[in-house]
Amino acid sequence: MSVVDRPIVSTETAGADSYPEHHFLNHTKGVLSWALTLDHKRIGLMYLVGVMASFALGGMFALMIRIHLWNFQDGWLDNKTYNQVFTLHGAIMVFLFIIPSIPAALGNFFLPIMLGTKDVAFPRLNLSSFYLWVTGLILFLTALSVTGLDTGWTFYTPYSIETQKGGAVLAATFGVFVLGFSSIFTGLNFIVTINTMRPPGMTWFRMPLFLWATYATSIIQVLATPVLGITVLLLSAERLLGIGIFDPKLNGDPVTFQHFFWFYSHPAVYIMILPAMGIISELMSVHCHKGIFGYRMIAYSSIAIALFGFLVWGHHMFTSGMADVTTVVFSALTFTVSIPSAIKVFNWLGTMYQGTVSLNTPMLYALAFIFLFTIGGLTGLPLGALSTDMHFHDTYFVVAHFHYVMMGGTLVAFLGGVFHWWPKMTGRMFNDKLGMVSAIIVFIGFNLTFLPQFVLGTRGMPRRYATYLEEFQDLHRLSTVGSLILGFGLVTALVVLLQSLVNGKKAPRNPWGGATLEWMCSSPPPHDNFSSAPTVGDPYDFSKIEYDGRVGGYVRKD
Amino acid sequence: MTAIQDTAPHTDHAHDDHHHDHPSWLAHHFDDAEQQYDSGKLGMWLFLVTEVLFFSGMFCAYALYRNRNPEVFEFCSAFLNEKLGAINTGVLLFSSLTMAWAVRASQLRQHTLLVGMLAATLACAAMFLGVKAVEYSHKWELGLLPGKFYVAQLGGHHGDPKGYLETLCVVPMILTVLSALYYVYSWVVNSTFHKQVAGPLLVTGLCFFVGVFLGQTLEAEAADSHGGEHAEHHMVQGHVDHASHDHAAAEHTEHPADGAAAMPVVVASAGEDVKVMKEQLATPDADVNQKSMAGLFFSIYYCMTGVHAIHILGGMAVITWLIVKAARHEFHEQYFGPVDNVGLYWHLVDFIWIYLFPLLYLIT
Ligand code: HEM
Ligand SMILES: [Cu+2]
Repeated sequence: MSVVDRPIVSTETAGADSYPEHHFLNHTKGVLSWALTLDHKRIGLMYLVGVMASFALGGMFALMIRIHLWNFQDGWLDNKTYNQVFTLHGAIMVFLFIIPSIPAALGNFFLPIMLGTKDVAFPRLNLSSFYLWVTGLILFLTALSVTGLDTGWTFYTPYSIETQKGGAVLAATFGVFVLGFSSIFTGLNFIVTINTMRPPGMTWFRMPLFLWATYATSIIQVLATPVLGITVLLLSAERLLGIGIFDPKLNGDPVTFQHFFWFYSHPAVYIMILPAMGIISELMSVHCHKGIFGYRMIAYSSIAIALFGFLVWGHHMFTSGMADVTTVVFSALTFTVSIPSAIKVFNWLGTMYQGTVSLNTPMLYALAFIFLFTIGGLTGLPLGALSTDMHFHDTYFVVAHFHYVMMGGTLVAFLGGVFHWWPKMTGRMFNDKLGMVSAIIVFIGFNLTFLPQFVLGTRGMPRRYATYLEEFQDLHRLSTVGSLILGFGLVTALVVLLQSLVNGKKAPRNPWGGATLEWMCSSPPPHDNFSSAPTVGDPYDFSKIEYDGRVGGYVRKD
Repeated sequence: MTAIQDTAPHTDHAHDDHHHDHPSWLAHHFDDAEQQYDSGKLGMWLFLVTEVLFFSGMFCAYALYRNRNPEVFEFCSAFLNEKLGAINTGVLLFSSLTMAWAVRASQLRQHTLLVGMLAATLACAAMFLGVKAVEYSHKWELGLLPGKFYVAQLGGHHGDPKGYLETLCVVPMILTVLSALYYVYSWVVNSTFHKQVAGPLLVTGLCFFVGVFLGQTLEAEAADSHGGEHAEHHMVQGHVDHASHDHAAAEHTEHPADGAAAMPVVVASAGEDVKVMKEQLATPDADVNQKSMAGLFFSIYYCMTGVHAIHILGGMAVITWLIVKAARHEFHEQYFGPVDNVGLYWHLVDFIWIYLFPLLYLIT
């Protein structure tokens, strides 16, 4: 390999901190060099663009919903269209955006680099997983444009068997099936990479916590997603062949469908949140310039969440008809699962304590995450308690709960991660002031959108309704105003990022002072990540990382 | 930094990126053969885990409905021909043996033996599908269809031939003819490589039809001997159908021929069970011979065996790929991961069938 033939200069040598002439972005040129690339970094970037586009699409639908709900009746969508719009919003956000967002985009880009390897274990599988994602996207767009899916993202039977939108259900379930495989392949690849490709010195407990989180996520992806696969396959057989397994008319059992569905979809919420927690662990320690507090506890709690997460799916079905004992057991298990989440929150706070906090864009997003995720997690508890859930189930309280964890948690952490690693990925610094402004707008807009929904829910406003009682109108309007502010904040964030590509400063190797391996290679990284095997140290030892004014970033003084 | 990175722009093709000590079979991002092998193996095991979970959804559905309506499973299982199931079980077990042998051959550089063993595995797979094609087409003719398409079995007909089997045979026929042409071509150009690929393919194609022939012979025997078994069936039907019955001819055409010695006992006891159930429930709803009962069994039957058959097809595709590689003598003691991993996959497919066979065919 040509790189090795050259005199080997340690990548840690300072001074050579200028923008590299050759890096993975200009390594080869042309559309095909991207479309057929096996480089995990390019695949990660393609995913990043893809999931952001899906997010924009899903966000469009969200705003349509909110604007429709401005008046308590006679909104601008008719009832049928309203059903389609909230279905597509949910399905796109869950399956196309949030599940692949962090693992497939940021994980793909950074997992091998943070681990110190050249690539993931199966680069071809990685590329095929991206194309499966694209196929899923196309199928979803078909379901959207040809007929219009109206089942809700959960595809509950028997409605999904009976609805007139048969073609849409088929296209969407097939889309979910394909997306499931995309997700399985990513997870499988990551597990194998972490297990077999760690370079010498990279022991399990020297792995950055983002990798622990991704590892736990991958376990869930591999263990839960196949069940979703067979569920949607049976659902399409239901439509095509009338097999009746989930159809009460044929002696089938719709509650079985719900069990199968939530057996995947509850663990799936941890597919969404665990990588976000991983990002926050990185952000907290790097931007507080202080070793992470409770490394092992955070690492173990990721695995604990992954395992416990498989035992609580029944809390989505407390009102669907289950044996009393079962509901009590599911409720009790639901409470245990919140313990590892709380452990993480306390450890992050412990990391900040007496740290040197740099208030910059990634850190603001990280702080927003902690605040919002805590609210989201705490409101999960009344939902997990049987007596209160009887009232809250299928109300806006649930809607607010999961938006706090999914949007306030995962999306905000995703944005924090994108800002944090943007200089590394693109080699450009963004405007930090404007970035912070975007974080503040997002935070305000978000709370304005979803706090009123908790109140709405406790007062009995059911979810998925196109019209509502007049008494709820003020709170709904507050929420709609909030959503517009939120949308504006997100656009600001996008503009800040794009603007950096046009006239951003060239990024130093280590702009924030991180100690993990990705900060040891150039920004953007070379094609093979490391020109020589990197020296692996403690990922959270900041004692040797010092600011160097000459390069405008941090360097390692050994 | 520039000093390190200013390499002549190398291409994205993994092969151009090799270290000097990187042989062509070692992907550039792996350090050594062991790491590559371990990665592949772990990847395959994880994939098998997902496969098991994938099937587990259907096994759950099976357990739920069998638990709820045991009499339906007994009634319907009588329509499945244990003999064909048993033959297929044997065929798959044998193919697992040849597959395992193939792994050994690949490690020992026994290239011709390797091709032979892979060919035997592939041929067994084809034979399995041949038998399955007979089973499926026969059921379709009888109206033993999933869910809402199920036709209540009133007896009195063998099921008119409707050309389903012929339809199922079209694609295998085309493939066999193509393999035959390829085989001729391989002799014309007299290339060992092409012969080693074409031969197995041709044998595989033919074995599909061996399976079809075997299946049909046994089905026919089962149908012929039905007179003798009719008494027992009458019991089942008598308690099960509430519609009128013409039992003059056998309705369970798939019943094994010479099962006459062992099976009547089984069927009779099944009949008694049903009788008890009937007396207890004594409502028309409890009748098992209808879409929402037997139909649901056949839904589960087709889903499970169908998804399994798709896995067989997938396995055949990768084994064919292995044959091509083996004919190129690519495998050796340092590089046999693909054979090993496909072998693991193949054993799993076999393993699942070993569960499906008793669960579906051998219900008493
Ligand atoms: C921290 C502990 C958590 C607890 C105790 C919890 C509890 C619950 C419960 C009991 C429900 C069912 C409410 C109902 O339908 O009546 C629910 C719904 C939901 N949760 Fe959570 N949750 C937690 C965290 C999360 C996280 C981290 C996510 C995602 C990132 C999440 C996403 C969701 C979603 C999407 C739903 C609604 C699904 C639907 O019906 O469409 N939850 N949660
Ligand atoms: Cu849940």
